[in-house]
Amino acid sequence: MSLLQISTEDKSVKPSISFSPEAKAKFEKILTLYPPGTQAPLLPVLHLAQEEFGYLSLEVQEYIAELMNLPVTTVHEVVSFYTLFKKEPTGKYWVQVCTNLSCTLRGCEKIVDYISRKLGIQVGETTPDKKFTLTTVECLCACEMAPMMQINEDYYGYLTEARVDEILDNLK
Amino acid sequence: MAELVLTKNFGVPDFHTIEGYIRCGGYEGLKKTLEEFTPDQVIEEVKKSNLRGLGGAGFSTGMKWSFVPKDSSKPKYLVINADEGEPGTFKDRYLLEKAPHMLIEGAVIAAYAVGIHTAYVYIRGEYVKPARILQNAIEEAYAHGFLGKNILGKGFDLDMIIHRGAGAYICGEETGLLESLEGKKGWPRLKPPFPAIVGLFKCPTVVNNVETLSQLPHIMKNGAAWFANICQGAPKCGGTRIFSVSGHVNRPGIYELPLTVTLREIIYDHAGGIPGGKKLKAVIPGGSSAPVLTADEIDVKMDFDSLMAAKTMGGSGGVIVMDEDTCMVKALYVLAKFYAHESCGQCTPCREGTGWIAKILYRLVHGDGRPGDPDTLKSVADNIAGNTICPFGDGAAWPVQSFVKKFRSEFEYHAKERKCDVLKT
Ligand SMILES: Cc1cc2nc3c(=O)[nH]c(=O)nc-3n(C[C@H](O)[C@H](O)[C@H](O)COP(=O)(O)O)c2cc1C
Ligand code: SF4
Repeated sequence: MSLLQISTEDKSVKPSISFSPEAKAKFEKILTLYPPGTQAPLLPVLHLAQEEFGYLSLEVQEYIAELMNLPVTTVHEVVSFYTLFKKEPTGKYWVQVCTNLSCTLRGCEKIVDYISRKLGIQVGETTPDKKFTLTTVECLCACEMAPMMQINEDYYGYLTEARVDEILDNLK
Repeated sequence: MAELVLTKNFGVPDFHTIEGYIRCGGYEGLKKTLEEFTPDQVIEEVKKSNLRGLGGAGFSTGMKWSFVPKDSSKPKYLVINADEGEPGTFKDRYLLEKAPHMLIEGAVIAAYAVGIHTAYVYIRGEYVKPARILQNAIEEAYAHGFLGKNILGKGFDLDMIIHRGAGAYICGEETGLLESLEGKKGWPRLKPPFPAIVGLFKCPTVVNNVETLSQLPHIMKNGAAWFANICQGAPKCGGTRIFSVSGHVNRPGIYELPLTVTLREIIYDHAGGIPGGKKLKAVIPGGSSAPVLTADEIDVKMDFDSLMAAKTMGGSGGVIVMDEDTCMVKALYVLAKFYAHESCGQCTPCREGTGWIAKILYRLVHGDGRPGDPDTLKSVADNIAGNTICPFGDGAAWPVQSFVKKFRSEFEYHAKERKCDVLKT
């Protein structure tokens, strides 16, 4: 215990990132929601870190590992397993178009093509101005509004080319 | 019109708030439960109601609860499965957004029956808005004494905590979910032991779906017999369920109906039939993992047992409708891609098999089929089903087996002619 304390205090180079005081308070709150001594807070803490830092770079993962007293490999393994954890930065707006069955039956391929042409990028790419990232995604469970997509937190459905124009053109 | 239970008040604009919910008779089922029933009596009542799990497996809810040890020295947990991920399913999203207090009320009833004091809601990470609505409702419920200490002054305590998933279909499987809730990757556990004995943090745990729990206030308020009687002619089923209907229908959406409704009625009477007056070709009746039915098989009733007798399943109640212009090879490829993407990779037959299946189907769709492909698909699927740690493997194999069997000529055409007879490509 004391050894550990000395070694952190002795660190001449502090980690270059850390939670803001507000995020730190949220972090402390998360820890109270799970039995002490378990790894259970890891997912909510990673969500928090992603909100705070934009994406989960290796540096962020190391920081979280240290905060939660977990091996970096554990954090890394969890981050890699889940699709919502971003290992790389995305544009300001992350456009995810569903391509599962109900959306395919309702013409999502044309929508993907249209957005790709409109933004001038391929699926998986980000526009040069870093405004949009376009990816496809598995079922978002909103098949009644197929074809549909998610942009950041919001769902948009009943897509047509005109509606895509309206939605994307209104994002500043 | 049949009686609506869950969705009856979905049109009330403030039904998601505590005021709106109480005005419509909300929390009366809980009051009655705490005042008139012992925990064991609640379990008996729920058994008698014939309520079966609406998350996918259709297992008797009361029976599941009775497996939890009564005199556990460890804490017990309730885990609410709001990870809705089965392609073609979207009913839990509506319940979370429109009726969050119904879920909370049902959860308190379940927790009281089993003697649980902590509930986690595992909600899929993409459901940001539903999670926010539920969080507000939880705070309202605490403020009004429906959650927290000494609920309704009856000496029962329950805390409820929302836990957001992070994008992984396999975390809907109950033990994958528990691993994920423990902060790990969602690798399903070998069963037994079942979660009722060794679940969250190695403690006895009840895992129930959002819709299953949302039925409880109504069962407790109106009685088990009332609920069981909604399903006339299906002796082992009770009540209604919310069917999610999508694909080639005029009115895609949610339809709450008794389980004894037929698939034909859902498609033609409720969802408005097929657009453009086209013919029906195929329907998946219970989420993407359920074996497909042909147009000749839609007079089946939608209760769990009738669907099982028809060699498919009720699953999540997600009905995906395909018209005569659908290429079944391509439809299966879309599903196969999903299963290959979502396999957690723990079991070899599932990890390798789902990848091979997707690859073969890609070839078939893209004019590069080989004569033996339909048989290869079948044999790979046969080798996955029944040989894996969790039922995901079966769910990945069933669509392949049923599509290839029931639409064999389309697969043969792709394999031999290297083109599509339906899309003419
Ligand atoms: C691959 C897979 C995915 C599943 N996804 C879900 C899901 O998203 N939601 C759900 O409630 N149950 C899902 N289940 C079923 C759960 O394992 C479990 O049976 C259910 O949550 C139990 O609740 P119930 O008895 O109330 O239905 C899934 C099962 C499997 C095998
Ligand atoms: S069947 Fe598939 S998803 Fe389930 S544990 Fe095995 S590899 Fe993972």
